Amino acid sequence: MLLRDLAHARSGDKGGTSDITVVAFDAAAYDALCRELSPDRVRAHFADLPISAVDRYELPQLHALKFVLHGALGGGVTQTLNLDAHGKCLASCLLALSIQAEHESPHD
Amino acid sequence: MPGSVRIGAGAGFADDRIEPAVELVERGELDFLVFECLAERTIALRQLERRRDPAAGFDPLLRDRMSAVLAGCRSRGVRIVTNAGAANPPGAAAVVADVARAASLRLRIAIVLGDDVLDLLDAPDAISANAYLGSEGIVEALDGGADVVVTGRVADAALFAGPLVHAHRWARDDWEHLASALTVGHLLECAGQVTGGYFADPGVNDVPGLADLGFPFADVGADGRIEIGKVAGTGGVVNVRTCTQQLLYEVHDPARYITPDAVVDFSRVWFTEVGESRVAVHGVDAGPPPATLKVSVGSAAGFVGEGEISYAGPGCLARADLALEILEKRLRDAGLDAVQFRFERIGVDATRRGADAAVPHDLAEVRVRVAGRVRTEADAERIGREVTGLWLNGPAGGGGARRRVTEEVAIRSTTVPRALVPTRVEWVEA
Repeated sequence: MLLRDLAHARSGDKGGTSDITVVAFDAAAYDALCRELSPDRVRAHFADLPISAVDRYELPQLHALKFVLHGALGGGVTQTLNLDAHGKCLASCLLALSIQAEHESPHD
Repeated sequence: MPGSVRIGAGAGFADDRIEPAVELVERGELDFLVFECLAERTIALRQLERRRDPAAGFDPLLRDRMSAVLAGCRSRGVRIVTNAGAANPPGAAAVVADVARAASLRLRIAIVLGDDVLDLLDAPDAISANAYLGSEGIVEALDGGADVVVTGRVADAALFAGPLVHAHRWARDDWEHLASALTVGHLLECAGQVTGGYFADPGVNDVPGLADLGFPFADVGADGRIEIGKVAGTGGVVNVRTCTQQLLYEVHDPARYITPDAVVDFSRVWFTEVGESRVAVHGVDAGPPPATLKVSVGSAAGFVGEGEISYAGPGCLARADLALEILEKRLRDAGLDAVQFRFERIGVDATRRGADAAVPHDLAEVRVRVAGRVRTEADAERIGREVTGLWLNGPAGGGGARRRVTEEVAIRSTTVPRALVPTRVEWVEA
């Protein structure tokens, strides 16, 4: 299944850093996200961005993960020529990532 | 909540809608109304405007916003705080006074100054340097009886913390209560983003009435209790999901949300839905702020020239790719003194990033976009003209060509010792 089936998300920006909040719909989905959505996985998904490091913060009481994508915006709003200078669309792009949920058979 | 104070968000950015603030004033039973109008680079852009016209440099919608709410605020005793002063807070205060006089309103307007620290920096290329002030100046202004407080750069959360600290007489080192005040500020600073704006995703997160989205308010008790709500009957929704997205919005380490008033810990915050579009906030904490203030430094960054043109129908993607091929060659041969270029296809790869899908064989329509950063306005014009040149000289069926040129500012961050940035309050009577 897609991450979009398990969570909703919002991106923000500070300078050249993009931050993406991923909020699982329930506790089971949150557990799946903690297991599957490693910083390396997020970085690999966005291999086309000039990311230097990804930090992940866990907020179990909110079923939320916060990802901080350093360098993702290539200089930030005031430096990039991207149409989406703020990287506002990145959260939606992350939701396209495939997730192996626990209750899902690998052969589904 | 007995003894609680109600504070509303009337704008979350410079271009925000005006009607939701009017609704809050008329039906929200507010004590305070905050208009947040400054993004990261807004002051630098306003400073460029002020260089061209010394009377400019503040938020261009200020007169419209004040004309819409000032009389209602005065008659209901709602006091206003806004950072719409941008690069010219005294100029903004003069506009507020002007609107008040035109409506025969008597007002005490406070101007919070001190954020402009350009003189403190050794930065010859800078056009602006503004420190993020805390709530101190706003508290002083409200303690002094201000009906309207106009600021330049102040931390967004402090715009809301100021009125709460003033109303509840909280001490500057009362970390527990400052945590509440600043959390309210962070949840409300983007206005509609906590009431269902920037949240709807049909079938996943459905939001009713987005065309008439209501803006939020917070009820904040003297004990620091917080409830977030909106005016009954307005569009949108306040729930645990909208509050969770906004709590973490543009926060990096949730345990260290740094503001000039305190470092707030969001890492144990949780929400409960206590009524229709009414959410209680729990578990906030805070500690002392850093000894330095963040400063945003703006500098000239040349010009960006852009052009776009659309292709539709069978084969449109191939024609778009041909257009890009032509543009790349033409711009390379033009010998522009370009810092960088970007070529993209809107509908394919303009905003989409990540490893989610292959490029389709064809689309119903696609729009070509080229952007380039160059040193002169003339070179920037040239970039857009190469795109409009495709009208007669490019692939078949190009339509809707547009071009534009933007003067750019770059923003970098630094810090200055807090002791070097005294805040002061000046007064205007209307």
